[in-house]
Amino acid sequence: MIQALNNTLFRRLGAGVFVTMIASILAFLYLPVIVLIVFSFNDSSSLTLPLSGFTWKWYQSVFANEDLLRALRNSFYVASLATVLTLVIGVPAAFALDRLNFPGKTLFRRLVLLPLVLPGIITGISMLNLFKLMGFNLSLETVIIGHATALLSVVVTQVFARLQRLSRSYEEAAADLGAKPWETFFLVILPNIRSAMIGSALLSFTLSFDEIPVTFFLTGRDNTLPMYIWSTMRRGLTPEINAVGTLIIAASLVLIVLSVSLLKADDER
Amino acid sequence: MKGFRLDRLPGLAVLSAPLVWAVLFLFIPYLIIFTYSFWLKKYPTFIPAFQFGNYAQIFADPQYYQVLLRTGKIALMVTGLSLLLAYPFAYFLVFKVKSSRVRSLLYMAVIAPLWVSYLLRAYIWKTILGSEGVLNSFLVWTGILSAPTDLLLYNQFSMVVTLTYIFIPFMVMPIFTALEKIPRNLVEAAGDLGVPPWGTLAKVIWPLSLPGVIAGATFTFCLTFGDFIAPMLVGGPDGVMIANVITSQYGAALNWPLGSALAVVLLIIVLVIIELSDRLQRKDRIGLG
Repeated sequence: MIQALNNTLFRRLGAGVFVTMIASILAFLYLPVIVLIVFSFNDSSSLTLPLSGFTWKWYQSVFANEDLLRALRNSFYVASLATVLTLVIGVPAAFALDRLNFPGKTLFRRLVLLPLVLPGIITGISMLNLFKLMGFNLSLETVIIGHATALLSVVVTQVFARLQRLSRSYEEAAADLGAKPWETFFLVILPNIRSAMIGSALLSFTLSFDEIPVTFFLTGRDNTLPMYIWSTMRRGLTPEINAVGTLIIAASLVLIVLSVSLLKADDER
Repeated sequence: MKGFRLDRLPGLAVLSAPLVWAVLFLFIPYLIIFTYSFWLKKYPTFIPAFQFGNYAQIFADPQYYQVLLRTGKIALMVTGLSLLLAYPFAYFLVFKVKSSRVRSLLYMAVIAPLWVSYLLRAYIWKTILGSEGVLNSFLVWTGILSAPTDLLLYNQFSMVVTLTYIFIPFMVMPIFTALEKIPRNLVEAAGDLGVPPWGTLAKVIWPLSLPGVIAGATFTFCLTFGDFIAPMLVGGPDGVMIANVITSQYGAALNWPLGSALAVVLLIIVLVIIELSDRLQRKDRIGLG
């Protein structure tokens, strides 16, 4: 009897501890985000409590800030082209790793996947060395090449995983029916790995949009959005950054919902 | 069998672009770093040489090896704190949450911050911990403190909090996956045999989840070890990490050879840790049959 009571008590206590813990971890993760959003609407230029009143003015100043808008456009330019490059290089690379045998394959795989595990600073300075040696001026285009190189690994791992699950019998059937290899590639294989391609493209776009370590070393006079925000931050903190941050979070939310529903569509197939 | 023949000409076509890219933008740049690390600095530029002076300097000059030690210490603290928070969380999700809907929702809640800008996640803590920040003004406003304290920001404490906040999803993900893979009947068998819940956790669940713990710890440690943005934002003078020193060698100090040698050291440390963790995980897998 006492044993049973003890057990129930213990379980209740345990459940209480667990719920508290879950709640505190979620608070640790989300309270700061809420703070960021709240202060983007706060009518005071200092980020202190108590709150002083509601305002839209930080958002207005964001949309009136020419430098910031230019940085935003630059980021779209860089992330779009870098994503296209990662797909154009990454899909064939994943394909080669899965279906082809060639000398130096292990070295090739390691090289391509290295940026996934190496700190961004290594990719950044190694490419800075290369561009300086080749006499290139740093620009948004060098940033694009840097991002594409760093994010190639993202596309390769995702597409590779998808290819491995793809049954070879489709290709064999296509070949038996007289399809040429390139026809099989474009008409049979690509449609089957579409969701992995879209998913990894979304991911590499997001990562490129947010990238700093590589951009830091490879950019010339033009700034991407994170670099612009960063340079503003180092001069001082303003609620304008909170407003930009809130907008970025809203955009991220859209991307999360998009990629989750994509993954779901993939599961249901 | 008439298989899919990509091993002839089309194979070359598929392979050529990735191969050229990998050689030009990965292999050669790494080679250049390695080469530069033996060169000599000669103001205002540097000259080709083959000498180990840069490496000797890193391990002889306390300024450099102390930064390495500090980076290791901070990375360890971040890894430890992340594990302490992530493990109970993942355990609760997998073993205590009954509804799979709630489980995946809570899991998404931890992973979602990964999609929110890295920079913002570091910036948020700067606004919270600063001496004119949110937390300080809250403490003064509520009367807990009479004056703002500057103990919260620009030190190793703020670095560990911020980096844990940024990298904790990388700890949760593999632990969650490892815990989910544990067959429920093992846990039930332990319960049937009269093992108390804590015993089951210590003797059954923890050992079986070790590969996930190792993977998470490796991610968190390596990501922290190579970071230079968070230290610049929330780290003070005692928060300088190895990647910051590399940055300054490539910037103001204009000593690319030394910067390259530091980068090679960083690269080797990260690669050794990844290799070790790979072996540990493989050993665990074999041990479990």
